[in-house]
Amino acid sequence: MAESTTKTQQISLSKGLNLGLRRALEDDPKVLLMGEDIGKLGGVFRVTDGLQKDFGEARVIDTPLAESGIVGTAVGLALAGYRPVVEIQFDGFVYPAFDQIVTQVAKMRARALGKVSMPIVIRIPFGGGIGAVEHHSESPEAYFAMTAGLRVVAASNPVEAYWMIQQAIASDDPVVFFEPKRRYWDKAELDPTATPYPLYASRVVRQGTDATVVAYGPMVKTCLEAAKAAEEEGRSLEVIDLRTLSPLDLEPVFASVRKTGRLITVHEASVFMGMGAEIAAKVTEKCFYSLEAPVLRVGAPHTPYPPSRVEEEFLPDLDRVLDAVDRAFAF
Amino acid sequence: MVTSRKGAGGKTAAAKKKAGAAGPDLVQLLTPEGDLVEHPDYSIDLSPEEYRGLYRDMVLVRRIDAEGTALQRQGELGLWAPLLGQEAAQVGSGRAQTAEDYAFPTYREHGVAWCRDVDPVNLLGMFRGVNNGGWDPNEKNFHLYTIVIGSQTLHATGYAMGMQRDGREAAVIAYFGDGASSQGDVNEAFVFASVNNAPVVFFCQNNQWAISEPNERQFRVPLYQRAAGFGFPGVRVDGNDVLACLAVTRAALEHSRSGNGPILVEAFTYRMGAHTTTDDPTRYRSSEELEEWKAKDPIMRMRSFLEKNKYADEAFFTEVDTEADTVAADIRARCVALPDPKPISIFDHVYAEPHPLMDEERAEYGAYWESFEGAH
Ligand SMILES: Cc1ncc(C[n+]2csc(CCOP(=O)(O)OP(=O)(O)O)c2C)c(N)n1
Ligand SMILES: [Mg+2]
Repeated sequence: MAESTTKTQQISLSKGLNLGLRRALEDDPKVLLMGEDIGKLGGVFRVTDGLQKDFGEARVIDTPLAESGIVGTAVGLALAGYRPVVEIQFDGFVYPAFDQIVTQVAKMRARALGKVSMPIVIRIPFGGGIGAVEHHSESPEAYFAMTAGLRVVAASNPVEAYWMIQQAIASDDPVVFFEPKRRYWDKAELDPTATPYPLYASRVVRQGTDATVVAYGPMVKTCLEAAKAAEEEGRSLEVIDLRTLSPLDLEPVFASVRKTGRLITVHEASVFMGMGAEIAAKVTEKCFYSLEAPVLRVGAPHTPYPPSRVEEEFLPDLDRVLDAVDRAFAF
Repeated sequence: MVTSRKGAGGKTAAAKKKAGAAGPDLVQLLTPEGDLVEHPDYSIDLSPEEYRGLYRDMVLVRRIDAEGTALQRQGELGLWAPLLGQEAAQVGSGRAQTAEDYAFPTYREHGVAWCRDVDPVNLLGMFRGVNNGGWDPNEKNFHLYTIVIGSQTLHATGYAMGMQRDGREAAVIAYFGDGASSQGDVNEAFVFASVNNAPVVFFCQNNQWAISEPNERQFRVPLYQRAAGFGFPGVRVDGNDVLACLAVTRAALEHSRSGNGPILVEAFTYRMGAHTTTDDPTRYRSSEELEEWKAKDPIMRMRSFLEKNKYADEAFFTEVDTEADTVAADIRARCVALPDPKPISIFDHVYAEPHPLMDEERAEYGAYWESFEGAH
């Protein structure tokens, strides 16, 4: 095994994905990467940097500029025994492929009575906060989570990204893999010899006793910062990184809520019809007698993603999370 | 094969050489050295003033574009998509349009916008991040910039179908790139335009690159030839030759206006700058290639032409440069003065009719943001 895959090292989230993809390419000759500008350029976020050089153009494919084509041909490649990992350049550009994803990728296995699988990973950088022009900051995860047949996960930090991408590729089901684009350059220490946490499991990332905060992707860091600030004010928040949006792994959330009695869900996507709505419904059902306050949801208003000069106000931040915590206590 | 409309204005006596070195596949009327050449199907005959006008347009849009890049570097814009190198394709096709025609741009059509009399500061709003479009498309018949690759070609086709039904004496021009030619939307637009005989000119600026991907990642047959398969004519024009771009686009618009249906124009040009200000082209293309295309610079050849034919003197060139500086200074001043939108404005214009959730959230978020005022 190459040193890059055994040595403990400081990595960015982008690098974590890069190393994870490299390892997947090394481990399984059937793994292919496909996408716009992923070859020589290494992707606009450099996630595939150097991979075409090392694995060749037949395995790291610069595709024509057509998302429906990318996912549609990935379906065919999967039928032919390959494990395509496709990159959608930005969240707002996945929609031309929406039909292929929800109509074909998601349903193929059931239609074929389980005789074929769709081991496809669809990587999507998502979320805002990078000062981009429109269509580059969206959070479309709920569209996919509500589609049966797809698995949906979101990584929140460099180490998770490294492991989760490999696990997603190893999964025989199609996985829509959300990457928190504003955290691509966050750094962390990776020990590639560690034992990974399971893919389809949520995880308590900070213990607390007074209220539970559930988030995923870019908002996990925001919530950890909020928990730190809350601690200074004498409130102990438990933070859970959801990690998997379909299936949802809510047992750790129920356990936490039974302890704290309060739950706040946080995501960048619209509150209306967002993941928080499903979580709130389930928690209300399972933890009704433990709740001291209604489940409160922090997210985006029901508007198009705004011009970047107001995205700071639009996006949930530490203050919005703490405001919701206050409201949960004031109830 | 379509024929060109003669240019308006007094005739000039510029010397013309026989057929250019560009080859039969490429309509060229002005060589990189600035000499006029003949083409069997297209010609141009403008007054010296009109020739100077095209030169002026190109210098001004290059200057506006450079200002966009500078403003981005200084943090006044979040992003800029430079048109550097594509001035002839945009000015030639832009000046071919009448006020009644309707243009559907990508995100790079700053030169076309200039010709359509759109205030350049309007273009900056989206790149500065103060709006997501921000102008009334119907004011100048210039649609909003479209970032999602290829979508606008279908909108253009639909608009053309509307014009057709209303018997309007006008045509639509849909801009798109070489990369966009791979999108389903673009190919569907070709089908819809074809079967409806819609008055739409598909104007592809083949600038050789779609971010880091060269033409051979998108197609293996010259683009203009693709039109034949959809049942309409296609023509390739030297996209760095403003005269050829003007002649060919005029003829194409006239073709569509007079009921002959769609036509594809492939303007063969080069993106001399980065894809956008966040791009680093040295990662994927050679400096030799760039140098090769610099020798075909659209502005230099027009200048040589004007000089060789004594259509302009030094004073004119200085005057244009001075004007460019003035225009740039004006744009800069108005750009940096563009106010940030009020957060509450994100609820504006989302729906035409009342929407209860909108009202509820406007009140909620409004109160929340107000609680911070002064604190910020
Ligand atoms: C549907 C969609 N996918 C991907 C992108 C990201 N993207 C922006 S520009 C671009 C390349 C466009 O190339 P081309 O059509 O040749 O136009 P050019 O930028 O060269 O003018 C890509 C892939 C996008 N904007 N929309
Ligand atoms: Mg291009």
